[in-house]
Amino acid sequence: MLSRDQVLHVARLARLELTEDEQERMSEELSKVLDHIEKIAELGDLDDVEPTSHVVAVENVLRADEPRPSLPAGIALESAPEVDMGGFRVPSPGPAPA
Amino acid sequence: MSDALSLTAAAAAARIRAGELDPGELWQGYRERAAADDCNCFTWVAGDGEPPALDRAAPLAGVPVAVKDLFCTKGVPSQAGSRILEGYRPPYTATSVERLMDAGAPLLAKTNQDEFAMGSSTENSGYGPTLNPWDRTRVPGGSSGGSAAAVAAGSAPWAIGTDTGGSIRQPAALCGIVGLKPTYGAVSRYGMIAFASSLDQAGPLTRDVIDAALLFGAMAGKDPCDSTSVGLPGPVELPSRTDLRGLRLGVPEELTGEGIDAGVLASFHATLDVARELGAAVEPCRLPHAPHGISAYYLIAPAEASSNLARYDGVRYGFRADGVDDLLTMYTQTREQGFGTEVKRRIMLGTYALSSGYYDAYYGRAQKVRTLIGNDFKAAWERFDFVVTPTTPGVAFELGAKTDDPLAMYLNDYCTVPMPLAGIPAISIPSGLSEGLPVGFQLAGPAFSENALLDAAYALEQAIDFRHAPWRRG
Repeated sequence: MLSRDQVLHVARLARLELTEDEQERMSEELSKVLDHIEKIAELGDLDDVEPTSHVVAVENVLRADEPRPSLPAGIALESAPEVDMGGFRVPSPGPAPA
Repeated sequence: MSDALSLTAAAAAARIRAGELDPGELWQGYRERAAADDCNCFTWVAGDGEPPALDRAAPLAGVPVAVKDLFCTKGVPSQAGSRILEGYRPPYTATSVERLMDAGAPLLAKTNQDEFAMGSSTENSGYGPTLNPWDRTRVPGGSSGGSAAAVAAGSAPWAIGTDTGGSIRQPAALCGIVGLKPTYGAVSRYGMIAFASSLDQAGPLTRDVIDAALLFGAMAGKDPCDSTSVGLPGPVELPSRTDLRGLRLGVPEELTGEGIDAGVLASFHATLDVARELGAAVEPCRLPHAPHGISAYYLIAPAEASSNLARYDGVRYGFRADGVDDLLTMYTQTREQGFGTEVKRRIMLGTYALSSGYYDAYYGRAQKVRTLIGNDFKAAWERFDFVVTPTTPGVAFELGAKTDDPLAMYLNDYCTVPMPLAGIPAISIPSGLSEGLPVGFQLAGPAFSENALLDAAYALEQAIDFRHAPWRRG
């Protein structure tokens, strides 16, 4: 069972601000899903099994380090909600922590 | 014109090449159909202005294509079914789409989908659900539900989608069309708005197997912009096989028994009989860890999603919450207002699985289960050419039937999640009807076996001779 406190902690990590109603639902629904997911505990000791993070065996893929044009700044800024002085404008992060 | 619109894409291309069909008229016919669509298949349809340049001599001969919303298309809304990307027009086009355009398939429309490809019914779209053209009270499946419904209805000659845990094959099955999930790495992911990067793969949704081969061949290939793309060992060949002699089909008992509806199983077993008549050896096999696929998938995919979706913060593109004067609240409000319920649920699940104290028990363990599932398939390939299953546990369900029960929705992916976890290709073809609705038959093969897989699917398709799809009505 995922408690309301755990839901709030995870939401904070994920930068989500959930409504009261959503907190309630998440706690219920995620607990149910996790109960199902926890069946993988039945598989017992997996210490000898290598994890798979990727299915294709590709090594680092490199290209020649040759200069080439990148996305022009004007185009990169075109979709931004707010632009100022050639950059993305955001609200203040607030006073520096003491 | 309605005659031409009831041709498969390959047949239309052949007529164009022979000078018997004007590609401009075909374009106009489909554009009008797409604009008149009443199943909410599309999030954008090409305007009625000047038609695009249509090259009769190009490999795809000017037959237009519909593209899932999450593929970036330069200057054309690409919103991944999410309100957080409302109105977003990317500055570049996804490699796979560019390849199709270069091969002579102009962009007809963008198709509706579950938000960020998270869902199995297209009900999670921020732009309203897509309806199943077989029965408008039912879902088309998902997440590529708009692409599947458009092809089934005949509003588009063919379409592309993406498959992370079944998002091409499941809607193809529920709409009575063909859907191919290629080997991971066969098609570039560059310009695909990411869900779960180690699983996401683009592929075709088409009226028949020949169309699937033709479209897949045009979109596949190594791409310097996607370092995980490896391309194909050889060219995609158009399937021509008419028997299955010498082929061994494995029927995994774990995916063909409990939890599958009786009507779906009846169609599955009838198709196995067809396979035997065509000369295949059909034998039971084991995929002992496949039942744990859902658990592994619903840890790995949300974990990757929670990281991929961190980019939606209201800074560089898309939606930003109004009237907020500090940065942290801007982030949290933007995400709270911009994401739908299922996306929040998956971000929460993934963040939890990756969080301190839970990582080893959840994410780490899921990656090991992924290895075990891959090993099950490797063992199967020692005895079998392909593994076959029903594509989905049931037929298309009613709108709203599973929206309040996430677990019931997730279990729709039971037969389709093991393949992307193993990175292998799989195709769904229509095999018959249950309750008057289409049933999908799935064949999965070893990595890069697409040519053989398409050939076997083609032989079965010819023998099954499924003639019910709405697009045939012209």
